[in-house]
Amino acid sequence: MLMSGYGKKYDVIVVGAGHAGCEAALAAARIGCSTLLLTMGLDTVAQMSCNPAIGGLAKGHLVHEVDALGGEMGLNIDATGIQFRRLNMKKGPAVRAARAQADRMAYSARMKTVVEQQELLDLKQGVVVDLLHAGDRIAGVRTRDGLDFLARSVVLTTGTFMRGLIHVGLNSYSGGRAGEPSSEGLSEALRGLGLTVGRLKTGTPARLSARSIDFSCLEKQSGDINIKPFSFMTDAIVRPQVDCYIAHTNKRTHQVIRENIEKSALFAGVIEGIGPRYCPSIEDKVMRFPGKDSHQSFLEPEGRNSSEMYPSGLSTSLPPDVQLQYFRTMAGFSQVEIMRPGYAIEYDFVEPTQLRPTLETRVLRGLFHAGQINGTSGYEEAAAQGLLAGINAAQSSLDREPLTLGRDQGYLGVMVDDLVTQPTLEPYRMFTSRSEYRLILREDNADQRLTGVGRLLGLVSDERWERYQQKQLQVGQGLQILQQETVRPSDAEAVAALGLDGLKNGISLEVLLRRPEINIEQLATVSPALAGLSAAALEQLEISVKYEGYIKRQVEQVERFRQQEEVVLPEGMDYAGIESLSSEVREKLTKIQPVTLGQASRISGVTPAAIAVLQIYLRKSRHG
Amino acid sequence: MVRISGPQSLSALQKYFRPTSRTKTYLSHQLYHGLLLDEQGQHVDEVMAVYMAAPHTYTRDDVVEIHCHGSQQVVKSILNLYLCYGLRLAQAGEFTYRAFVNGRLDLGQAEAVASLIHAKTDSSRKLALAQVEGLLSRTLFDVTESLRHTQVLLEAWIDFPEEELPKEDLHHIQQVMAQVSKEIVEITDTYSAGRVLSEGASILLVGRPNVGKSSLLNALLGEERAIVTDVPGTTRDLLEEGVTISGVPVRLVDSAGLRESMDPVEAEGIRRAKQKIQQADLVLFLVDGSSEVGEQDLYAYDACQQAPAFLVRTKLDLPQIADTSFCPYTEYPVSTKVGLGLSELRSAIAEFLLGSYLPSSETVLLTEQRHYDALISAGRCLARFIESLALGLPLEFLVFELREALHLLGQISGETTSDDVLEGIFSSFCVGK
Repeated sequence: MLMSGYGKKYDVIVVGAGHAGCEAALAAARIGCSTLLLTMGLDTVAQMSCNPAIGGLAKGHLVHEVDALGGEMGLNIDATGIQFRRLNMKKGPAVRAARAQADRMAYSARMKTVVEQQELLDLKQGVVVDLLHAGDRIAGVRTRDGLDFLARSVVLTTGTFMRGLIHVGLNSYSGGRAGEPSSEGLSEALRGLGLTVGRLKTGTPARLSARSIDFSCLEKQSGDINIKPFSFMTDAIVRPQVDCYIAHTNKRTHQVIRENIEKSALFAGVIEGIGPRYCPSIEDKVMRFPGKDSHQSFLEPEGRNSSEMYPSGLSTSLPPDVQLQYFRTMAGFSQVEIMRPGYAIEYDFVEPTQLRPTLETRVLRGLFHAGQINGTSGYEEAAAQGLLAGINAAQSSLDREPLTLGRDQGYLGVMVDDLVTQPTLEPYRMFTSRSEYRLILREDNADQRLTGVGRLLGLVSDERWERYQQKQLQVGQGLQILQQETVRPSDAEAVAALGLDGLKNGISLEVLLRRPEINIEQLATVSPALAGLSAAALEQLEISVKYEGYIKRQVEQVERFRQQEEVVLPEGMDYAGIESLSSEVREKLTKIQPVTLGQASRISGVTPAAIAVLQIYLRKSRHG
Repeated sequence: MVRISGPQSLSALQKYFRPTSRTKTYLSHQLYHGLLLDEQGQHVDEVMAVYMAAPHTYTRDDVVEIHCHGSQQVVKSILNLYLCYGLRLAQAGEFTYRAFVNGRLDLGQAEAVASLIHAKTDSSRKLALAQVEGLLSRTLFDVTESLRHTQVLLEAWIDFPEEELPKEDLHHIQQVMAQVSKEIVEITDTYSAGRVLSEGASILLVGRPNVGKSSLLNALLGEERAIVTDVPGTTRDLLEEGVTISGVPVRLVDSAGLRESMDPVEAEGIRRAKQKIQQADLVLFLVDGSSEVGEQDLYAYDACQQAPAFLVRTKLDLPQIADTSFCPYTEYPVSTKVGLGLSELRSAIAEFLLGSYLPSSETVLLTEQRHYDALISAGRCLARFIESLALGLPLEFLVFELREALHLLGQISGETTSDDVLEGIFSSFCVGK
């Protein structure tokens, strides 16, 4: 093939314009790098390939972190959400999470506009088939059309496209997503670099025609009356919301599935990739939990003007005729029509243990991976990694210090540490239970954890910074108010409003707030000064006062591990030469190349004894 | 044997060791006979000592070894001497660790080091479980499983709020936690008995001169005598005898030196006596039943006031005139001469030391301080869990206590990783979008 250069040289090239790619490209450009975002299809920017929703437990947390760092996802869902619900309102402040249904088309369109309008960022269509490198550094990418694009850093966000193989029943064909071609060539190029490439599987349910469903048989689920936005920049969201519905499978549905089980690609053994435990197909559920006679499914509208409905929990690789047959056994679905059949898809991913905690590959400087190429699933997981990879690709191309986040700084830190430390055995999804410091990684304090970090990188606009400082100022004022203002027995009105009959002595608002039955809104009704603070500041005050004891204990736990987290293991350390380590441990350390002692201690099979040996070894080599 | 390692070893030896031959310089790897004297020049023990110069030593540092008499009390005194001097106790495996740091170990030994250090930092499931044998290990496993199961449920409720999960039955969880809490208390309650059975208890005989301490000591040694470590020496403070009383290993300590210490003008003597008394698991306070209670008896009583103690009224075979109403301790009248009251005293001692634990019964026995500490802390977490639940605190705070309890138990029986919890969720419940 005849090759030609493109002429323009970029600082950063991002391959793939999904949720990871868009954040990566925007971050790089916003930091000040001339950036190219290359995608196979300009019409599918920030496409929601699976369910039309953003957020949920731990995922909502990730979106808040992306937002605090100056990313786009929170703003995008705030602008295009059609139903908002906050989950777990009664289960504790750290496990409350925002979730929203998106208008799929609007979500994609808005993100495309933002990308198109971003200064320093070019959005182009092109299929990358090879990587260019000069020595141990990436130099650019080559497209199928024979064009070479040069850059100092490259971020790969390939989604499910690399060697994508779609399974519908026992039929299979190449494709990166329904109706879109796969990307061939790139994973061979990665293998050529010495990277280990693996195979994963995921799946999606059929999309159903809303017109053909009898919603009167289904339970309706509406959005929250007062919407709490995702972004710290959004004041309020006031717009009509759409409803979701809850449907159920039944014994007949399960019977249809069992009778046709041999037609499922999953059960016929034609799929080699590993699927996620947390997202089993309906045939998986029916076969693994035979005692369960019914499974629920949320029917999620794909958009305000779309007739497509997404039935969650019913992903499948059964043939379309069987899909139709089992849907029609369900209440409300007797006349249902399938608009797009569900399918399973296998795709290549690159073992993320080959990455640094900056998401840069260890084999090639300047080459970064984010999203499903790292074996993760989920838009939010992808976006968060994309943001980090974009930041570090920019930093690397500008020869600046990379950013790594600790497990105590955010779910993003937890996720990346897990990815680069633990072998990927299934698509990785974020759960709050993965965080040992859950209490301090809340949605509400994501700005406190990360806005300063984003500001230093140049990702946080003046407006966002001003807002953040304003909130912090109010929190400080609020704390003073709580400590200084008291309710006295003579304040008849306040005593009555707070239910403090029989109050003997004056009592400060702070002490009152510690009582389980009193919340900050009640206090605001008796304190005009408090009532003058923003809702965000009040929420912050309430959590930090009410749960002070627990938060302190959690912070102490962080401190206990800090020492190990701060001990840096030199790059290229010769673990094979440390004979006191077992061969299993030596092998693992060599493979994972942990950056800190803390990371080393989290590698499965690396015992406390091995950590002690490493400590001795480090001390010894430091003293010569 | 007491071993000292480090550059200060030789000066530490010279500080207290008086060689029999008037040696000025110590030859490396040469054995010297002599006396170990404390700061006041008091005889601590007659010992053999060897100085070994670096690097031809186990640790490759300078090493001194002091070979002393085997009694625990002697070893304790020597250790005390050096702790006061400024040395510190070696941690488990530290000599080997030093050897490793100094590059002495070869490949084969290096493997052993890892497991030794392991024993020190210790949280490997396998090794830790090997230390906790049989019933205890099974009981701890059950406790951990109950907590894990509860955590799986709570984490599922948190992470999968929109899934079909078992109903949030906090009442049931409260019952489970209360049960586990009770089990933990049952285990920790065995610790004092466990420690006594594995390490032995020390019983100090206190009383004025001629009250009958030696007779009682001999009587208690009697036919149940198992091991006798008679430490000779007329200047020795304490006379220590090992014996088993109703199956409980006991060190009986007759405070020969305390006789003089009871002299009211000797404040220092009183102080030392009190110190000994504090270290004892049980004090037998002897009063001569055949004579009036005197000033010396009251001084002796003063000295043991804070300690767990029995009152032993001696010489029951003679007319009883002592009025012991000043002393609140449970009284055990004995006559060593005619053998009266001794078996009652023995069972009372055993019962006191073991509490409700019966050596023959099939119950768990906790012997390790570390395990005890972990279980006590875990128990506190569960108590807070139950309290928080009663207060209606949100789920995540319950999980916070549970995670900490599991982390503490993990130090004995292996960590619970977040992936264990997820695995528990996915295998127990059908979740997934």
